[in-house]
Formats: sequence, structure tokens, C-alpha cells
Amino acid sequence: MADPVIVVGAGPAGTRAAQRLVQAGLRPVVVDENERQGGQIYRRQSENFSRPAEKLYGAEAARARALHTDFEALRPHIDYRPGTMVWGVAEEGLLTVRDRAVATLPFSAIIIASGATDRIMPVPGWTLPGVYSLGASQIALKAQACAVGGAPVFMGTGPLLYLVAWQYLRAGVKPAAVLDTNSLATRLRGLRGMMTRARVLAHGVRYMAELIRAGVPLHTGITPARIEGREDGVTAIVWQDARGRLRRTACDAVATGFGLRAETQLADLLKCDFVFDRRFTQWRPRVDPDGRASRANVYLAGDGVLLRGADAAETAGRLAACALLQDRALPVGTDEIADLRGILATMDRFAEGIASAFPWPAHMAAALPDDTVVCRCENVTAGDIRHAATALDSPEINRAKALTRPGMGRCQGRMCGLAAAEILAAARGVPVEQVGRIRTAAPLKPLPLDCTVTP
Amino acid sequence: MNDFARDPVRADVIVVGGGFMGAATAFFLRTHGLSVILLERDLIGQAASGTNFGNVRRQGRYLPQLPLAHRSRDIWGRLPELIGEDVEFLPSGHLLVTTRSDDGARLEQYAVDCKAWGLDLTMMTGDQARAMFPMVGPEIHTVSYSPHDGHANPRLAAPAFGRAARRAGAHVVEQAPVLSITKDSTDFIAETADGRVYRAPMLQVSSGAWGRKMAALFGEDVPMAPQGPQMGVTEPMPYRVAPVIGSASSVTDEGVYLRQVKRGNIVFGGGRRSTADLETKRARLDPMNTLRQMPQLARLLPAIARLRVIRTWSGVEGYVQDSLPIMGPSERVSGLFYAFGFCGHGFQLGPGVGATMAELIATGHTDIPLEPFRVGRFQRNAANAAAYSPHA
Repeated sequence: MADPVIVVGAGPAGTRAAQRLVQAGLRPVVVDENERQGGQIYRRQSENFSRPAEKLYGAEAARARALHTDFEALRPHIDYRPGTMVWGVAEEGLLTVRDRAVATLPFSAIIIASGATDRIMPVPGWTLPGVYSLGASQIALKAQACAVGGAPVFMGTGPLLYLVAWQYLRAGVKPAAVLDTNSLATRLRGLRGMMTRARVLAHGVRYMAELIRAGVPLHTGITPARIEGREDGVTAIVWQDARGRLRRTACDAVATGFGLRAETQLADLLKCDFVFDRRFTQWRPRVDPDGRASRANVYLAGDGVLLRGADAAETAGRLAACALLQDRALPVGTDEIADLRGILATMDRFAEGIASAFPWPAHMAAALPDDTVVCRCENVTAGDIRHAATALDSPEINRAKALTRPGMGRCQGRMCGLAAAEILAAARGVPVEQVGRIRTAAPLKPLPLDCTVTP
Repeated sequence: MNDFARDPVRADVIVVGGGFMGAATAFFLRTHGLSVILLERDLIGQAASGTNFGNVRRQGRYLPQLPLAHRSRDIWGRLPELIGEDVEFLPSGHLLVTTRSDDGARLEQYAVDCKAWGLDLTMMTGDQARAMFPMVGPEIHTVSYSPHDGHANPRLAAPAFGRAARRAGAHVVEQAPVLSITKDSTDFIAETADGRVYRAPMLQVSSGAWGRKMAALFGEDVPMAPQGPQMGVTEPMPYRVAPVIGSASSVTDEGVYLRQVKRGNIVFGGGRRSTADLETKRARLDPMNTLRQMPQLARLLPAIARLRVIRTWSGVEGYVQDSLPIMGPSERVSGLFYAFGFCGHGFQLGPGVGATMAELIATGHTDIPLEPFRVGRFQRNAANAAAYSPHA
């Protein structure tokens, strides 16, 4: 029997990809790092929680419920491996680990739907206890019904900033402030693109309106100066307002994020070609419009390749599955593919609107004080990276990594890599794409040394 | 400003290849007052020099190589005064350990034989070793302890020598692949990919795994092939393991080694090697080998089992058929010198190779015995040489 198709990730993209494969009579293996299907936006709460979908997902409750119930219907038709981390690629197959058991999964094709993480811009004090990524603060709320603080500040940029602040407000935690590094004028630049999906745009406007009505201060065009705190946690954030005045907001937690970064490591291990995507100012695997990577039998869908959000991920997951079926000469309607492409074209324009409304503040990396920690695993500062750039003459990020260690630690640069590249590029006076990207190596995430190998 | 600084296209010596050997040679050539151009295809110390384990080990070496290793060890101890930094060299001792009695007997014999070559080792039983190094695993029953060996950071060493060479006046050119080398009546002429032409009456090939191709340009073939070591590193734990611990097992999969750096991470490697490609300049890390290493590492250091591996890597190393490097003068072309193919054990030797080659090039003589490493040693069975494959 031929090796199965593996779908990596059971969020919106992975779920819809698996569903389309099952509809075509295939039985894919679905590997998901989470214990429960749903991904990040439609993350499910733990089994012993019973909050209604409306409370968890707000306006997206119906979509969330559909994604969850459709997946439950798939269960008998797939080889589902929850709580399983993909950590490497060998000739024998995809290497996974669950608890401490390593498995080798041969595959004939793979659809990667690995999602994204927050994109982090370091700020002095960001390594204090009480500073969370936006995504982490959202996980705490959704999965565990916990708040990261009683008076959190949401600082960074992007639609998620307002969504999570609003979710906290709805959960009974009033944010101390929402601080957006982008100005309203910048946001208007993305308006045309965002208008392509008026319903989604309306949700965003509603979140902001409700935050304002509840008395949450929303500030735009800010520049964070530092996060203050003691060993036991955050006490305040100091920031510069749009007019250049230094201000201080007392808080007991900071949730921060500057848009998203695609989780592209698996495609890198599979030796897929990468391109620098100017819209999202980051490297990503090169794909054709349907999600085919540069290597045969490798497909990508969702925010793990193109940061277009959860709705687009569902469409792209299905389309990637169609591409795979088409490549195997299995029956797929050309109408279906054309329809999916059409939907994605709109999503593309919307995503570009979002990207230009909430651009990554690359200039902040260049302005970071030398003593700011950038790589928190290895305690590498902005000054260390600049030293690598100048005195040690590192022309690209892997050289800087070899000489001064940014990205050498547990996260392998997943958290700090993009900011480190900006600092290096600024210090060298070159565009960020010229300093490259941190090379991926197995294990994709830390692998216990006492794991057992099942043959 | 002298002529050389203005127009660095002609020098006393061209060094082709800026790995550890080339960078160290360039540095020491300057201490002899020779002008030098170092041509590096990519960046200094990126291949085997930057990706190896970082062992500064003398014990276990081929005995006639010990004079070179001693010279090198002496330089390792003087790096701050020579090149301005210590590249994290820790003379924290080195343990070669075994779980098998036949391997133990081999270690005992080596400890006797190496005395005449100036190396003093302390033999210990497992219990004696555990009294001194409590972290050593219970299965270990024979230990050879070399107290003045240790380890250093391979990512830093060659680049540090490259910078020191530059400060000392060497013309170090990075991202300059050499496309051709010819020789006229007086000079070697090296042309790089950017169209530049460099000339010198003497030339050293120190191109690591790519050395074979360079030597072949002068009609000297060497049976050698590239391979990749399988390296990894754990998350940090408190600094407890001072000495390098290496298995002396005769069983390939058991032959792992580890060292803890002061930051707390444990660097490891050993066992099988993987394929490497001279064209793509990439060596494959086979994660199945990482899985094979894990239980073997825990036999040496049981505490490691509670840690997680955070990264693995490999690099292109050149392995010669008899597991010894090519080092010394060409046997066909005057003014030509070789230092390449260090078979995965070159890191400790780096500074000594640099000092010895510079001495040889500058004075025509060295007291360090190089006869076992001469390039022509395979000439009698050239047919074998051509067919050499390390996996056969």
C-alpha cells in the first residue's frame, strides 16, 4: 500500500485539507501539536470547561462550531495524532514525538498547515515576568479561562491587538490601555484593501468602539520606551505618544505582538525554496497559487505560509488538498478550484490591506538601546548583534548567530529571529532580506533525550 | 603605507582556504614577517572548522602526531596574548571512557605508549573516576584521564584567527572562490570568481574537504572523501561537567562524546557520520543518528537524559583513506604546501598546524615530524586511491 498523505496541523487549514482528502476517499494522517483540534483562533477550551462558543469566539462562533463538528465527523476516516510534535524529517519519514515516544511516519505527500506565532519586537523590559505574547494571553483566556493580569496593557500592532483586548474586556478584565505603534493615518492606507471584506472590517471597528465605550484608553502612533517591573512582575509601561511626550501607564501585565510570523521551519527542513515576501516583510516558502511548494508532493496552506487569517486558511487548506488530488490525477472539478482561487483573491487583497494598515515597525529594531535583550534564550542584546554586524563583520544572520548567539537557544530564533535580522540589517545599512534568515535544524522544538523510539 | 597594503595582489604567500588551518597559517606567517593573501570562498571558518565538536584533545591521537598536538596545546594556552581572545578554551580535562574490557586494555596500552611521546595520562577504574567526577555513568569501568586537554568554541576559533591575521597585516579576502591556480616561472597565479588575480611565489592549499580538488590541479591525488559529523546540543543545565567525556568504544554507535560549556549547554556528537556534498557545500544531519546517540550519551552521563536537545548540525569534513591529514610540502611543485584533510580531528591541531606550516614556509624547516602526513604516501597504490570511498 502506498504511504499516506500527512496533514500537519489541525487548525482551519489542516482541518479543511483533511476533509477534502477524505471526501476524495483518502485516509490522511493528521498530526497536531495541540491536544484538541481547532488551531489558535478556534482553539478549544479544555475538556472540563463548558463556556458556550459565543462567549469564546464572539462573532466567529458559527465558524468555530462548524470547524469543530466537521472535524469530529472526520475522526473515523483519518489517522488522528493529537498532542504530537513534528520535530524532524528523515529518509524514513516524518519524525514525531508524543509524550516521550518518537515515531517515524512515512508519507507520499504532505500538506503543511503549521500556522503562525506572534511577531515579537523586543522592548526594554520585555523579558520581565508578566510580559506575554498576544497569542499566549489569548490561549490563557480561551483554553484555561485565565487572564494574564487584572489590568493588562495590550501593546504592539495589528488587528489581533484589538481582538484580544476586546476578548479580555468581555471576560470581565478591563485592559489598562491598548497601545498601537501604528498611527491612524497609516491604518487608513490599508482601508481600501480591508474594505474587500466589509463584514470583517466591521467587526474590527466594533471591537474598538466597545473598548472605547468601556473607557479603555486606545492610543495610536505610540513608541514603547520600556516595560517596568520587579522580579515578581510588571508594574508599568512607559511609552512615547504620537506627539513625542513620554507617558507611563500602570499595569500588572503586558501582552505584546506586532502581527504574525509564519511557522515555516518544516518546509525548510523539507528543503523547499523560500522567497522574501515584501507584503509581510518576512521569508516564507515559495508556493504556487494553489499551495504547491517548490518540491514535489509538498503543499502549504494557511498562516504557516501566507498570513491571510483563519477564513483564508480554510479556503487555502481545501485548495491545497485539491491541488494534491489534481497532481494524482484524482477527480477534482475545475469549477471547485476556480471558486476557491476566487475566494482567496479577495482574501489576498484584504490581507494586503491589513499588512499596510498595521506594518511591522522595523525602525524600532534599529532604535533599540544596546542593552535590550533580543534573544531571551541566550541573553543576547541588541548591542551584541550590532557588535557581530560591525566589529565581527557578519554579513548575514547565520554568521551573526555563530559569533554572538542570537537564535542559538531553545526557540532556535523563532521568537527573536526577525527582530535580530532587522537589527543586523540596520547596523549593516542593507535591506533586511539581504541578511537572510536563520537556517532551520532538527529538532523543530526541544526533543527530550530520554525519548523512546518505536520501530 | 607600503606597496602591499596599497595593491594587495602580490604577496610572499597565498593561502587558499580560510578554515582554521588557513587562518592560523596566515596569522603565523605574519609573525615571520611574510606578506600573505588569504583567499576564502565563503566566510572564515564556516565548514569543518566552525561545525566540529570543539575538542582540544591530545589523548587517543596517532602517536607520531603528538609533537604537533603538543605544540598546538601550548598555543591554545596563550591565545589571549597571541590573538586577543580565548575563544572559550577551557583546559578542563578530557576523559576517554569505556564499558568494554577489550577497549579498556587498548586504553591502558595507549597510556603506556604515549609516555615516550610526552603525554602523561592517568588511568582510573570506573569507581576512581566517579569519586573524582561523580556525574560519570555506572557502566563506565575504565577511564583514561588527560588533565590538561579540554575544549573550545569552534564557531569562534577560526574567525578569531582570521581577524588577528588581518590586524597583523594579512590581506584576508572573504567570499572569493578561487577558480584556477596556475604557476609560471616564478609565481603561483590564483584567479578568484570576481576576476581578480593574485600572485605569490609560495602557495598553501588549506581547503579542507575540498583540498583534493586543489591538489589534483598539481597532479597530486589523495584518496579522500567528504563526510558530515552528527552534532547536537542540549538546553542548558547548571555547569557541573568540567571534563570532555568521550567514549573509546570500538563499536561505532557507542562512540559518542560530550562537553558542557560554561553557559550550561551540553554539546555532543559521535557515532555514525553522514554524507556530505562538495558541490552544495552541505553535510546532511540525519536525525535518526541523533536518536541513536541519545541512549549512548546517557551511558556516559546519566543526568543528560533529563535534558532536551535543542539543535543539531553537521558540516563538511574531509576524510583521508588512512585517517591522517595531508600536511607538508608538495612532492611535485616547489613552493607549494598542503594542510588539509584533517579527518575530523583537526580542531585541536589548528593553532599548531598554523605555526608549523608558517615555520616551514618561512624557513624551509620544522622540527615537527610531518613524514606520516606527506602527500605522496598513496602514490604506490594509486588505483586504490582513486576508488576510495569511506562507506565501503
